[in-house]
Amino acid sequence: MERTFSGRVWVLGDDIDTDIIMPTEYLALKSIENMKPYAFSPLRTDLAGQIQPGDILVAGKNFGCGSSREQAPEVIKALGVSAIIAKSYARIFFRNSINNGLLLIENADLPDLVQEGDTVEVEVGKEVVYQGKSYPTAPLPQNLLDILEAGGLVKAMQKLNGIKQKGEADGRDTD
Amino acid sequence: MGATLIEKLIRHRTGNESAKAGDIVTVRADRVMVHDIFIPFVKDKFEEMGFQKIWDPEKMVLIYDHLVPASQVDDTRHFRIGDEFAERYGLTHVHRSDGVCHQLMTEKGYVKPGDIVFGTDSHTTTYGCVGAFSTGIGYTEMASVLGTGKLWLRVPETIRVNINGTLPKNVQSKDVILRILGDLKSDGATYKSLEFAGDTVERMSVASRMTMSNMAVECGAKCGLFAPDEKTAAYCGITLDDFQQSLYGDDDAVYEKVLDYRAEDFVPVMACPSQVDKIRPISDLVGTKIDQVFIGSCTNGRLEDLAAAASVLKGQKVAPFVKLIVTPASKQIYQDAMKAGYVETLMEAGAMITHPGCGLCCGRAGGILTDDEVVVATNNRNFLGRMGTSKVQIYLASPLAAASCAVAGEIVEPC
Repeated sequence: MERTFSGRVWVLGDDIDTDIIMPTEYLALKSIENMKPYAFSPLRTDLAGQIQPGDILVAGKNFGCGSSREQAPEVIKALGVSAIIAKSYARIFFRNSINNGLLLIENADLPDLVQEGDTVEVEVGKEVVYQGKSYPTAPLPQNLLDILEAGGLVKAMQKLNGIKQKGEADGRDTD
Repeated sequence: MGATLIEKLIRHRTGNESAKAGDIVTVRADRVMVHDIFIPFVKDKFEEMGFQKIWDPEKMVLIYDHLVPASQVDDTRHFRIGDEFAERYGLTHVHRSDGVCHQLMTEKGYVKPGDIVFGTDSHTTTYGCVGAFSTGIGYTEMASVLGTGKLWLRVPETIRVNINGTLPKNVQSKDVILRILGDLKSDGATYKSLEFAGDTVERMSVASRMTMSNMAVECGAKCGLFAPDEKTAAYCGITLDDFQQSLYGDDDAVYEKVLDYRAEDFVPVMACPSQVDKIRPISDLVGTKIDQVFIGSCTNGRLEDLAAAASVLKGQKVAPFVKLIVTPASKQIYQDAMKAGYVETLMEAGAMITHPGCGLCCGRAGGILTDDEVVVATNNRNFLGRMGTSKVQIYLASPLAAASCAVAGEIVEPC
């Protein structure tokens, strides 16, 4: 995970629930890849096709409320979203996101100010910069950063246990 | 500046005396619970993560309850994998037919005031009844806890619920929590700690408190806590130490919200199909014909609930065409109910008494219903499809109200 990056924002409202993020009727599709086109479809049918890798989602309060389906953060990550900036998150979604390696940023002010298509700069655990102004964000504890940087909880635990990651060069040991 | 109950608990357990709502901390688990539905997934993740052993096998409790006894051939796989897991990793606490997980966790003494407990079930909030912090997690996280003994959590803000006065005699703690859920709505306490206080809850039994902690999750809460007191100590068979005695919310703590209720204002209520927060006074529903009544579950399958049902059904008969299913929450409760004569009373009235376990609450054991049938049930969820087809009408109620409806054959107010 990059410590600093910038991205184009997509702006969503309050109470974006997990049924909006990934509707129930598509949950049984074979893979997250198959589900991608339907992400956010009850709210904005075209959005999934417009999101580009590196984009950032901005939303209001209680993002990810509703069911515990882990497909919700997984599909957002699969779309290439680099971070979500929201006023607040629902509990299970928050945990599922971190465990799936999806960066969540909380800020009370920014979601009301940014316009869709704008660009913001993120410094993880420090601030979001928008139109030259800094919006401080709470620092993430190291253990959460470790999970994010490892790419999720399973990989973080594999790293802890010295298991080689898929795609790693032969002969290179993990620490 | 004072502290909330959850802040005190986390400060003590982490040694971080300044921990406050909003902070993210790492805690050590005192106990973890995995039930039969998730054990195959926990096992897969645990081994995929590369763990060779459980951090402390004595701290894990494996409970078969949702699928007991197996009603589908596939269910048996869960028991096989669970048994292999228990053998391979040296589990000492395995319950294969003793009752519902949340009932057993408190009844068998696995949870003490001030403990931190995680379970693979959303109703893990139940152990707040003895002043423990307990909450549900996914199976991926459970696998990591089994390997490391630790988990991160965000210290929740607290909604304090004060209830003072004397409840009307036909009102039970189920009516109290349903009313609170109706007021807070299904997302009203998301990520929050509910803290119950006041002389009404101080007079409640631990079993009655358990009903309220159990349902705290239905408004999104992370936990539903009661300050441990003499009743808690007696229930747990312990003497409260200084830390446990300190576990109450200070009046000058920072609460996100304080709800004040007068106990005398509560009336018998039901959660109507198909949302737990769709609460109406029973007086508005009188006359609705019913097909079945279910008294049981980790919400209301305890001895006092069976006693309440027996008090209504003594010398009475269940209405013709109404099926009354009673499922004690544990084997111990079943035996105690037999000794107390409740089982005989209920059976003479026409009840079917089933084996202890989750039973009809999770729609797996006998008793499922079909389109347009109406069931009055004492469990915690009335979601679409929970007890059969999606057109089953599920009304959630107290044991007193459920038993009264069984006699009348329609929805009536308990007397």
